Amino acid sequence: MEEVKTIDEQKRNESLNRPIEHDTIQYIVTQLGEEQYGIDIKYISNIGRMQKITRVPKVSSYIKGVINLRGEVIPTISLRLKMGLPEDEITKKTRIIILKLEQHESIGVLVDEVKEVVTLDEEHIERVSYDKDDKAKFLSGVGKVDKKLISLLDITSVLADVVEA
Amino acid sequence: MDTSQYLDIFLDETKEHLQNLNTQIMDLEQNPENMDTINEIFRAAHSLKGMAGTMGYKRMQTLTHDMENVFSEVRNGTFKVQPDMIDVLFRCLDALEEYVANIQQTTEEGTNDNEDLIKILNDILKNGGQVSAAGSESKTEEAPAPAQEAAPAASGKGPRWQTIKLNDTEKMLIEKAGKDGVNVYGITVYVEEACVLKAARAFLVFKALEKLGEIIVSVPPAQDIEDEKFDLTFSLIFISENTKEEVIGAIKSVSEIDEAFCEVYTVAEPPAPAQEKAEEKVADTKPSASEQKPAPATSAPASSNTKPTSKPANKPVVNRTVRVDIEKLDNLMNLVSELIIAKNSLVSATAADDSKGDSGSVNEQIEYLESVTTNLHESVMKVRMVPIESVVAKFPRMIRDLSKKLDKKMELYMTGEDTELDRTVVDEIGDPLMHMLRNSADHGLEPNDVRVANGKPEVGSIFLDAYQDGNNVVIEVRDDGGGINVEAVRNKAIERGTITPEQAESMTDKEIIDLLFLPSFSTAKKVSDVSGRGVGLDVVKSKIESLSGEVEVKNHFGQGSSWIIRLPLTLAIIQALMVVIGGEKYAIALGSIQTIEDVPPEDIKLVQAKEVMHIRGTVIPIIRMNKVLDIETTVDEKKNLTVIIVKKGDKQAGLVVDELIGQQEVVIKSMGKYIKVPKIISGATILGNGDVALILDANPLI
Repeated sequence: MEEVKTIDEQKRNESLNRPIEHDTIQYIVTQLGEEQYGIDIKYISNIGRMQKITRVPKVSSYIKGVINLRGEVIPTISLRLKMGLPEDEITKKTRIIILKLEQHESIGVLVDEVKEVVTLDEEHIERVSYDKDDKAKFLSGVGKVDKKLISLLDITSVLADVVEA
Repeated sequence: MDTSQYLDIFLDETKEHLQNLNTQIMDLEQNPENMDTINEIFRAAHSLKGMAGTMGYKRMQTLTHDMENVFSEVRNGTFKVQPDMIDVLFRCLDALEEYVANIQQTTEEGTNDNEDLIKILNDILKNGGQVSAAGSESKTEEAPAPAQEAAPAASGKGPRWQTIKLNDTEKMLIEKAGKDGVNVYGITVYVEEACVLKAARAFLVFKALEKLGEIIVSVPPAQDIEDEKFDLTFSLIFISENTKEEVIGAIKSVSEIDEAFCEVYTVAEPPAPAQEKAEEKVADTKPSASEQKPAPATSAPASSNTKPTSKPANKPVVNRTVRVDIEKLDNLMNLVSELIIAKNSLVSATAADDSKGDSGSVNEQIEYLESVTTNLHESVMKVRMVPIESVVAKFPRMIRDLSKKLDKKMELYMTGEDTELDRTVVDEIGDPLMHMLRNSADHGLEPNDVRVANGKPEVGSIFLDAYQDGNNVVIEVRDDGGGINVEAVRNKAIERGTITPEQAESMTDKEIIDLLFLPSFSTAKKVSDVSGRGVGLDVVKSKIESLSGEVEVKNHFGQGSSWIIRLPLTLAIIQALMVVIGGEKYAIALGSIQTIEDVPPEDIKLVQAKEVMHIRGTVIPIIRMNKVLDIETTVDEKKNLTVIIVKKGDKQAGLVVDELIGQQEVVIKSMGKYIKVPKIISGATILGNGDVALILDANPLI
């Protein structure tokens, strides 16, 4: 009986064109200048307010320095500079997102603002094939939410050269 | 019986015993007559046998058992230690180490019976003396025990109480007893070899004797006997009204007592030296079946004289130790680090509050907290410190083997084995040191005939010296060989294309020597299995640098070279000087700082377009830290400069900083692998106010 029910439910879902639960991805939407970027929530361990960043000399300019995250020293990068945007302006809305990639240590990412959490299913994600310019190589696609377009960041490739270095 | 839970302890202790055996047998090779060494070896072999038996490792037990048999005979003086025997013993140790390695990996001892070794051992027993009965039987496992005991009883045991040295009070007591007509006895008791609780048996003997009379003195002292710090025998001077037979009967009533000798003690003339006294007693009392009996020369009693008395002194004072998992210690260390950070933030919080008025008692309490945390930190650090002995103890054996393999005569001299280092460092330093010693043995020392031709002693010397130098520990590997042939290295480097001939022209000797630390660079003319495969020095260097240490080479061509390793005492918490450079706070390890100078700007001179300073007779290069760190200084150009003089080896440099804050304990935090920090930054630390400050390492600048 139960089995029949689940199959029924699935069919109904499909007929109603509803997203099936495991095909959706949650993104945290961040503001960088005029644009909005989405970061897969599974990489995010923490979002914190702006705090003192200690400069580290003689490193790439997009590396802002190191911060103290509950007793651990965590490097922090500027997503703006990494994406080729102008230098950050620190406001009250500035946030540091702490990302944790599998098998890597934590890293902080500076963003202008954290807006919301959106749930996207594959259908609302457009896998774009831009010319591989600087910005596009960090994107995994573009998500559509309420007629807005959100560039979805491919965190692994954003951090790829940082991780290597 | 499930013994798996004891496996770790078994492995640890076995390794200790094996190391001990290695050291003692080395020693025995030098002094084949030293009874202390032989006894020590016997004991270690005996413990090994017991442990292996308990854990059910039969092959290991059999081998140690046969080794023990040989020592037992040596100890009894049945035959002497021969050089060939030493070689066999070393082979046995290697075989045992193999068993241990197998056990460590698979918990099984492996299937190698080492029958050849066992046969050689038994042959030694057969041919060495008249002990063939015990020797041939020792092939089977159970048989030799009684045989072995019978032999010592016949040849080795005898009263030893004559060797007891008396002080004045004791002499007085004995004299008094003599006047009172009470009997004074000298007693020597032998405990059975198989006895497990020697101390308990001895205690019972003491108890039994105290019922009959008074014990004046015992050798070893009663305390040592209680702690089981005696071999199988102890001697007493005893006053009693009972007869000799009654006394012996009382002693023998205690089980597991092998033999008891009791004779009437005659008072020696007070001025008579102990040796003569002993001899006199030997002659007087004519003990049965004693090895001392037929020895009229003073030397024999003299040697036996020193034996029982010096034994307790040689044994280390009881170490009361607990084995702790290193992870638990790491945990403790992390907690202490957190505590220090919390303390620092408390300090800075009250400093900020200070202006508000009376905070005297708070400050007092904080100062108290500070001293407690500092002490706590030191204690935890000390817990993690172990002597480097555990690493270097295996080197004499290695050099001995190398000496045979390379057919060069050489000696290793070690000092400072008790120098202590953090456990993690000690664990890592073994391999680099081994490489360097092999290097010295293989490349450093010339062949014996060349040495003689060069007017050097035939036997080469290698030195390993360890000592503490400020916040560092220095380990120096030195040899009196030929030194590094800089020209050979230069040519080799050109030949290999590492450097161009033009570069080679302009490079100093020191720079050339540094080439040796490059990967795959070996100047050995032929590749041997000792060294010369081109792996080694680069590994040594990277290993030591990963421990935040450094290597330096001092070379005297024709006279030898020395390799100096400098390691930080601790890796986690350091004393640092906090400074401000361009508005940013930095920490500089106090260990590298020599002095701090206040220098007027006009004292800075230019030499070859580089800034230098002349101070107390030396010219020191000046490094403007703000330039190194890409930041604007906040100090007026005309004002005096604050210069921190740092040293690296025998080189110095002056670091110009903007401002000094003060000394502080800082906890070193890793900066993660994401950013490739420049070499001048050795880490980061968290300040009292929660900010991160970088730790500067001046070494790459010098």
